[in-house]
Amino acid sequence: MTVIRHVLSRILFAGFAALVGAFFALPMLWLTLAPFNARGTLAVEIPRPFTLANFQAVFANAFAVRALGNSLILAGGTMLVVTLTATLAAYALSRAEVPYYDLLTYGLILFSSVVTGTAAMVPIFLLANALGLVDTYVGVIMAFTGGLLPTAIFILRDFVEGLPRSYEESAMVCGASPWRMVWDVVMPLLRPGMMVVGIWAFVQVWGAFLIPFVLLRSPARMPAAIAIYSFYTEAGTPILTLTSAYALLYALPVLALYLFVNARYGFRFFGGIKR
Amino acid sequence: MARIRLEGVTKAFGTVVAVDAVTLDIEDGEFFALLGPSGCGKTTTLRLIAGLERPTRGRIFIGERDVTELPPQARDVAMVFQDYALYPHMTVLENIGYPLKVRRYAKPEIHRRVREVAEVLQIADLLDRRPGQLSGGQQQRAAVARALVYHPQAFLFDEPLSNLDAKLRLEARSFLKHLQKSLGITTVYVTHDQAEAMALADRIGVMDQGRLLQVGTPLEIYRRPRNTFVATFIGSPPMNLLSGRLHLAESALILTDGQALSVADRVEALRQAFREGERVWLGVRPEHLALAEGPGPTHLSARVYAVEPLGVETLVTVQVDEERLTLRLSVDEPPVLREQVWVRIPLERALFFRESGELAL
Repeated sequence: MTVIRHVLSRILFAGFAALVGAFFALPMLWLTLAPFNARGTLAVEIPRPFTLANFQAVFANAFAVRALGNSLILAGGTMLVVTLTATLAAYALSRAEVPYYDLLTYGLILFSSVVTGTAAMVPIFLLANALGLVDTYVGVIMAFTGGLLPTAIFILRDFVEGLPRSYEESAMVCGASPWRMVWDVVMPLLRPGMMVVGIWAFVQVWGAFLIPFVLLRSPARMPAAIAIYSFYTEAGTPILTLTSAYALLYALPVLALYLFVNARYGFRFFGGIKR
Repeated sequence: MARIRLEGVTKAFGTVVAVDAVTLDIEDGEFFALLGPSGCGKTTTLRLIAGLERPTRGRIFIGERDVTELPPQARDVAMVFQDYALYPHMTVLENIGYPLKVRRYAKPEIHRRVREVAEVLQIADLLDRRPGQLSGGQQQRAAVARALVYHPQAFLFDEPLSNLDAKLRLEARSFLKHLQKSLGITTVYVTHDQAEAMALADRIGVMDQGRLLQVGTPLEIYRRPRNTFVATFIGSPPMNLLSGRLHLAESALILTDGQALSVADRVEALRQAFREGERVWLGVRPEHLALAEGPGPTHLSARVYAVEPLGVETLVTVQVDEERLTLRLSVDEPPVLREQVWVRIPLERALFFRESGELAL
């Protein structure tokens, strides 16, 4: 009896898991198959006839190709600025024991969702305009940084808290200056946290549409999230063959970044030191 | 190598006074142990010397230099932390060489000197490993090597043996003592383990509640503890204390249960030190107590409370009224539980403390 029940429960579980898996896998499968299909379709099917013409068409669109580079600049730039400033800020906030720290961070996180949200677009545009940052990479990177920083600090502080102070104290007694100590001891030990925050920031910017759409003017600076609309018809419907090919190209850098970081450093979403 | 002096050093955290007006002079080349229960301020005192804390009041000197206002980087001391604080992302070689790296030594020089201390500490074959791949004892050696490599003015140890198991601890203890003696570097060693302090130190400073109660050689402190706190903190098992009232006219000490102990031998000295009828604490080390055949002027009637055979000796705890005495006996046939026995109090070796706890005689 128990054996049968066991087998039955295994079958049921496997079936359920397959269903859930299919739900998530089918769109991915479409994304990997559709770009090679000569006929634009929403069905998941083996490309027939198989073709690379879609990619030829995409690469012929200089605006769209350039946009991928722009996306890299914006996402990469934001990633660097957010990770570095958030690390230093989280470290300082943790070690200096700022009163009401938690209230402060939660407040900032709340406000930050406004900063990158639709509601604040007009003031952000006016501010960027006043600072002469409209239609510049710097303006977009700064707007994103402002929005992502509180959450990044919040995530990183947990990693800093997990760092025993004796490491820093020992470095100081050894003769290391405060900067040296942070660079040699604190930063390497915070690397898993910095990786998490860095990738998270990269992905946030990579997929964002609204902020660059509002803050950037010239087509030469537009990121891929906006450029993908150049593969829509005049009537506003996507040309499936081209959008899917572009979307695949658009997805590759994030995938590569994730694989690289995971292979090199491993991913952890919590603090603490692996001794 | 240098002398370390603390002059009236006080450290307060808010309203809590962790270190209270400590004045201390540690000789050049001395092995000095700061001993006390947890929270007594010994680690804070060490951190004040290292520069990791700034004193609220008082001055600290290393050598002839007033280092009170100097950051840890400028004090030229080395510290071994309780958790060793070996950087997990560096190899043992990089860990040991780190103090030299921040001092901008050339790489070949760093390698040469790291190898040299690693030889001394017998960890030369572990230099390519990471701290996580070392055993507790090896980690401890690596931490000591990192302290040794830059020839600091002084070593500061914060309970470096407390993370080792009992067997390794004894081994590491004699190793540390040997090392310190052969290098002659001034060492301040913080511990809560009185046996460790006794075994290692040239002199011990006993601390409690932020104050330095007594400074002296291990034997001085063992033989003549300045007060009942030190008396009961040093020694394992600690000193026995009996409370009683002096009847100098009758040359007797009347214990709380009414038993009288003749103090005739020392009555002259007791007269000098105490008033008639004063309450006192009588202190006797367990090894000075002995069993007696029958009643006598310095014998106490007691009942056996516990018998702990340790091999070389047997610890026998007896109960006298409310109080317990521990005897350290090396007899073949120790008394049995609940037996009624006579304990001889050797008054010539006994210490007399005032009711407040201060040693008087």
